[in-house]
Amino acid sequence: MEQLTTIGLNHYLTVSAFLLGFGLFAVMTRKNAIVILMGVELILNAANINFLAFSKFNGGMQGVMFALFVIVLAAAEAAIALAIVINVFKTFKTVDVSNIDSMKE
Amino acid sequence: MSNLTYTVIFYLFAAITVFSAGFVVFSRNVIYSAFSLLFTFFGAAALYVFLSADFIAVTQVVVYVGGILVLILFGVMFTNSIMQSKPKSDIINIVPGILLLAAIIGALLFTFYTSHSWMPSETTLQGSIVQRIGFETMSRYVLPFEMASILLLAALIGAAYLARFEKPGNNEH
Repeated sequence: MEQLTTIGLNHYLTVSAFLLGFGLFAVMTRKNAIVILMGVELILNAANINFLAFSKFNGGMQGVMFALFVIVLAAAEAAIALAIVINVFKTFKTVDVSNIDSMKE
Repeated sequence: MSNLTYTVIFYLFAAITVFSAGFVVFSRNVIYSAFSLLFTFFGAAALYVFLSADFIAVTQVVVYVGGILVLILFGVMFTNSIMQSKPKSDIINIVPGILLLAAIIGALLFTFYTSHSWMPSETTLQGSIVQRIGFETMSRYVLPFEMASILLLAALIGAAYLARFEKPGNNEH
């Protein structure tokens, strides 16, 4: 009971584990490229929660700075990925990743 | 704020994060997934506030909700003809996916809760960390900071170039 009411490191790691599992599930089972991208964002959020939790309970700033850079890189990644998805849609008229199997039109 | 209130609010935000993340993954409608992702990002931002990383929480709201989610919604609207049919997305590998999901979550939780407990430092982060982030960015992390800015510039120019709209019959002259 004491472990349930006092919020410690394990609580944050549990939330993060769920987000990681759901993100991997989305990447593995969905055929829509945009939902796969959402799964990647879930995984990045899980990593961020872990970084910040360890940083909080360690007292250092390394995790916080790493989380900041993760957010920056996630923004760049989302922009590039959506540009590629839009190009793929223009070429193949679909974003179903199991139908996209050629490198040239 | 008493300890019980703190705990209840933490569980509320943790539940919002986990359940909306589950809805993102298990919903068949892409638009429902995209809007459910909004609640996941807000829940994660609230958890960052609990971790005394207020600056990261605000950055999360600004960048993820204001930028990435809007981009994803644009992508959904561009690539699905939502007027004609429901934007469903098919599911493959459902059995290995469920197995992987259960195995990953089970293994992680088993490891966290059965191994020896963590040993938190005496000096955990307390209060606002905005000032410390400023000092760290301009001292120890100044090179990664500049590299991130160059990378963002290159990535955004590249994205705009990739997604540009080509007018038909407009060759260079």
